[in-house]
Amino acid sequence: MSTPALAHSPSQPSLISRLWYDKENRSIIVQILAAMALLWLFGSMVLNAIHNLEALGKGFSFNFLKQPASYDINQTLIEYSSRSTHFRAMLVGIINTLLVAVAGIFLATILGFILGVLRLSKNWLVNKLAYCYIEFVRNVPLLLHILLIHGVVVHSLPRPKQAINVGDAAFFTNRGVFMPSPEFLPLFKFVAAAFIIGVVFTWGFRRYAKALQERTGKQLPVFWVSLIAIIGLPVVVFLATGQPVNWDIPVLSGFNYKGGMVVRPEFLALWLALSLYTAAFIAEIVRAGILAVNHGQTEASMALGLPRNRTLNLVVIPQALRVIVPPLSSQYLNLTKNSSLAIAIGYMDVTATIGGISLNQTGREMECMLIVMAIYLSFSLLISAGMNYYNNRIALVER
Amino acid sequence: MSESTQTKYEPGQHPSLPPPFKTRGVALWLKENLFSTPTNVVLSLLAIYFLYKVVPGVLEWSLFDAAFTGNDRNECRAQAGGACWAFIGERLQLFTYGFYPEAERWRVNLSFVLLVVCSVGLLWENCPGRKWIIALSVVFPFAAAFLLVGGNGVKLFVALACVAVALALMFRGSSTTFVIVIGAVCAFLAKFIFFGGITLPFTDIHVGGIIDLDDYTFLNLPEVSTDLFGGFMLTLIIGVTGIVFSLPLGILLALGRQSNLPIVKYACVVFIEFIRGVPLITLLFVASTMLSYFLPPGTTFNLLIRVLIMVTLFASAYMAEVVRGGLQAVHKGQTEAADALGLKYWPSMRLIVLPQALKISIPAIVNTFIGLYKDSTLVIVIGLLDPLGIGRASLADTKWNGLTNEVYLFVAIFFFISCYAMARYSLYLENKLHTGHKR
Repeated sequence: MSTPALAHSPSQPSLISRLWYDKENRSIIVQILAAMALLWLFGSMVLNAIHNLEALGKGFSFNFLKQPASYDINQTLIEYSSRSTHFRAMLVGIINTLLVAVAGIFLATILGFILGVLRLSKNWLVNKLAYCYIEFVRNVPLLLHILLIHGVVVHSLPRPKQAINVGDAAFFTNRGVFMPSPEFLPLFKFVAAAFIIGVVFTWGFRRYAKALQERTGKQLPVFWVSLIAIIGLPVVVFLATGQPVNWDIPVLSGFNYKGGMVVRPEFLALWLALSLYTAAFIAEIVRAGILAVNHGQTEASMALGLPRNRTLNLVVIPQALRVIVPPLSSQYLNLTKNSSLAIAIGYMDVTATIGGISLNQTGREMECMLIVMAIYLSFSLLISAGMNYYNNRIALVER
Repeated sequence: MSESTQTKYEPGQHPSLPPPFKTRGVALWLKENLFSTPTNVVLSLLAIYFLYKVVPGVLEWSLFDAAFTGNDRNECRAQAGGACWAFIGERLQLFTYGFYPEAERWRVNLSFVLLVVCSVGLLWENCPGRKWIIALSVVFPFAAAFLLVGGNGVKLFVALACVAVALALMFRGSSTTFVIVIGAVCAFLAKFIFFGGITLPFTDIHVGGIIDLDDYTFLNLPEVSTDLFGGFMLTLIIGVTGIVFSLPLGILLALGRQSNLPIVKYACVVFIEFIRGVPLITLLFVASTMLSYFLPPGTTFNLLIRVLIMVTLFASAYMAEVVRGGLQAVHKGQTEAADALGLKYWPSMRLIVLPQALKISIPAIVNTFIGLYKDSTLVIVIGLLDPLGIGRASLADTKWNGLTNEVYLFVAIFFFISCYAMARYSLYLENKLHTGHKR
């Protein structure tokens, strides 16, 4: 296809310049160079690591996970004693991390939405209070919040002997909050069954109500029906079967309470700090999301004669959610990762168990840090996947 | 009906009418803003009750019933029942400089003054002599590092000269490839001639090191070990280093992620997602315990530098995502127009795409800066003494036992002031650059 003009060009460019100034060739050259640089980087890192570990006589193996951990963990949701293995300690850590992350996400979302709405309130005082809270919390490091709340919990709650007594059932002390723990009798499975039936029924009813509304425009009282099905039905069954639950109430014996379940001060401090901190960020996201809904939408919905609550439910919130969900999911990720600050106050999460004490005891930095990073990476991937699924469900349906 | 009023006055002599009934005044403002609906009344009353419960107590503890002088906790107690600020007063030097030797503290102060001058010059557009200040801020990171660490001034000047050559080439508008090649050659030559020479790969042959800079001394400042750094100074060092280096690195990563070259793209994706998937604490642990495993045997370098590298890498991954958001918001027509004008990749990015993308992402960039600045407190878990670390260490002193609230509040106020200032500046920029329509 070469035209005569090109064929007679005065000087043929050299091979190198022909390769370099051709887009296709250049991209291949750049990629080969990049791949070589990356290989060199990783290769030398791995080689150095092998060499250095050999020099220290350490090797690389995960066998230490089977050895007894021989340290105690103060909050264990699964069976664990100091004779358990490092692997078991890691599991305890993972569960503790998940516990504080899930509880934190739950509380932070609720608080964040409330604060975000208050921040948009027309009430000057409430608006400014929410503003002050959000700005103060957002601009102070999380670690400081954790230490401060931990200090407050430990220093200002009384000793077990002078515990704050709530109805002879819950006791607030500086060793933690002691609460009655339920013990389920055999008949309780009917209550559980009733709850599951309620949930399934609600799910079906919602679908039916939505289909009915799209077909005829008629609206069913979904909220009340769901409430009765999910909460009312189990309560009725619970009472009918004669309240099949025994409560194990904590009792003061010696210097501490025995029995029941306890929420440790470390958990309490970390949970509150993570939730309060993240809530401030979520509040800003919620505010931005609601403000992002074009005012014309509200006006149009008002013009159609929808009352205020329906406008909110059917027009504003679905559109605001599309803006809110992506940054919200990154806040959830941040909260989960920030739970690793537990180490500062001695809450035994995965960083403190396998990445802290196990690491120091066995001296296997490389393996322990790899495990910890892999665990956090998989949490992140799980949360992203979940939030992406939710985001796709609420996303704008286009042709 | 208004005939009588019309006739009473000459034209233009009519006195101003009073404002319409109830369009201003405290009562109306209160009614509109606090008590407009029953819900609002309840909310306002709750808010007022909350303020009544909290504010007097806080003010009394922190100001009216606080002790500002005293040599230990008991003296504070004797004076007042509230906060004991004398503790903070006594430790203020420690909070500011860490354990930096007292005789050399002027160097820290000088660096701080330079930092303030540079920031004012960069942030305030109508600042007199802005051109010079911008030039100064290019030199600033090197100068500050030299001032803080000390050592032989000649090395600083050689390093500066190399940077100056690379920058001069860049501003002359040379092709990017050329600048990179020249930069690499400059660095190589500098290492070969001045900084101890090079060991040839795969051999033990050592060449170069022609001029030993230690033979020449100029501006020889006593060296200060970085172990002594601490307090607000350390926060500023970590914050400023992170901010200065994470933005360019983040931009490169974002461009890499958008690239058409699969290898470059996936390398960037893996790096960004890995860093964003793990907590900063684990990266700091890696820096403190196992980074040396990945380096050739015998290589050691300073903990502070390792931390700075990790913090910068961490922030740059977040920055990359922020910049990517901005890049995605720039219309594709812009790139195509740049292509049509015959601009190559780097010029089209530098002149057309990035200015628009960065403008869009300014608020998010500043948020990342604030996050980075706050995250600098995490260095206490690996034993560096930032203000929080200093505070915790001071609390161990039996003289001042148990003053946790004072320490944490003081540090919180420091962070609040600096972060809030950054947030406000970002808001100002956002408003200034907002050229669209506003409702």
